[in-house]
Amino acid sequence: MGKIANQEITDKLSAKFGDQISAISEPYGLLTFETSVTVISDVLTFLKTDDQLKFNYLTDITAVHYPEKNEALGVIYHLHSLTNNVRVRIKVFITTANPNIPTATTLWEGANWMERETFDFFGINFTGHPNLVRILNVDDMTVFPMRREYQLEDPNRIDKKDYFFGR
Amino acid sequence: MSDINLVEAPAGVEGSGFFATSLEKVIGMARANSLWPLPFATSCCGIEFMATMGSHYDFSRFGSERPSFSPRQADLLMVMGTIAKKMAPVLKQVYIQMAEPRWVIAVGACASSGGIFDTYSVLQGIDEIIPVDVYVPGCPPRPEAIINGFNKIQDLVRSESLRRRDSEEYTALLAKYGIQ
Repeated sequence: MGKIANQEITDKLSAKFGDQISAISEPYGLLTFETSVTVISDVLTFLKTDDQLKFNYLTDITAVHYPEKNEALGVIYHLHSLTNNVRVRIKVFITTANPNIPTATTLWEGANWMERETFDFFGINFTGHPNLVRILNVDDMTVFPMRREYQLEDPNRIDKKDYFFGR
Repeated sequence: MSDINLVEAPAGVEGSGFFATSLEKVIGMARANSLWPLPFATSCCGIEFMATMGSHYDFSRFGSERPSFSPRQADLLMVMGTIAKKMAPVLKQVYIQMAEPRWVIAVGACASSGGIFDTYSVLQGIDEIIPVDVYVPGCPPRPEAIINGFNKIQDLVRSESLRRRDSEEYTALLAKYGIQ
């Protein structure tokens, strides 16, 4: 167990951000909550710079796509407090029509490549990022392959066509 | 010790003190028995090729004593393994850097058709970007299969016309891949 209880973290966050912290849960003991795109920078700054919490390590930034939801794109942050040995997971949901979210590169240099990867696969636009271009896929790719509306298979594949199997 | 096998001379006219045959056959024979392969190995098929090169399967007994790691001095491009789309321009560049005459063998399911990686990031067979002479099936193929594929290349090399690389068909084939 960490040196700080999850309850203590949620209390501090709720005291500072009030309603902006929602859907708090603890799956497998990992504190998880949602926040909004307007305060995400402040939440990350608070968690990193607070004297007690000290969430100084950004483990990961990624995204998920729920096409059936109104706010279909979720940006997920994993933070780790190395001194307190405790982790949190932060979710921010945004719409595909307006997939903008402020960058975390101002807080962690390591966010640079994570945000580029998230942009590459989900098309999340991290505003303020110094160099938001594709990192893993080919530069001339026109789609965001991890979004559900794009098929995962390559359209050039011919040896799986139905006529080879009498269908 | 096994007996040393020599390559049989091509068909020709023989008499006392002379032997006559066509230049094409002699050059074909010489090329087929000294192919310098460039192994372009990206995954498990490359591991099988390492076994093929080793002492047990002894790839060099076919005249490929020297795997060439410079495309300039290679005759045969052996593509072994998954080629991601990001790797495609690199592979094409290697092919362009090779001097004529050059041959290509696609070893394994991934190089031939994309294999199990039917996905947006993987090239669905290297014949999308460069012409291929021989395909070796398998996932990965055993060394025997790779050797068999190599022997097929040798057959092609042995019987290839000296004028083939200057023909219109060959130019058209390369032009189809955007290669001069």
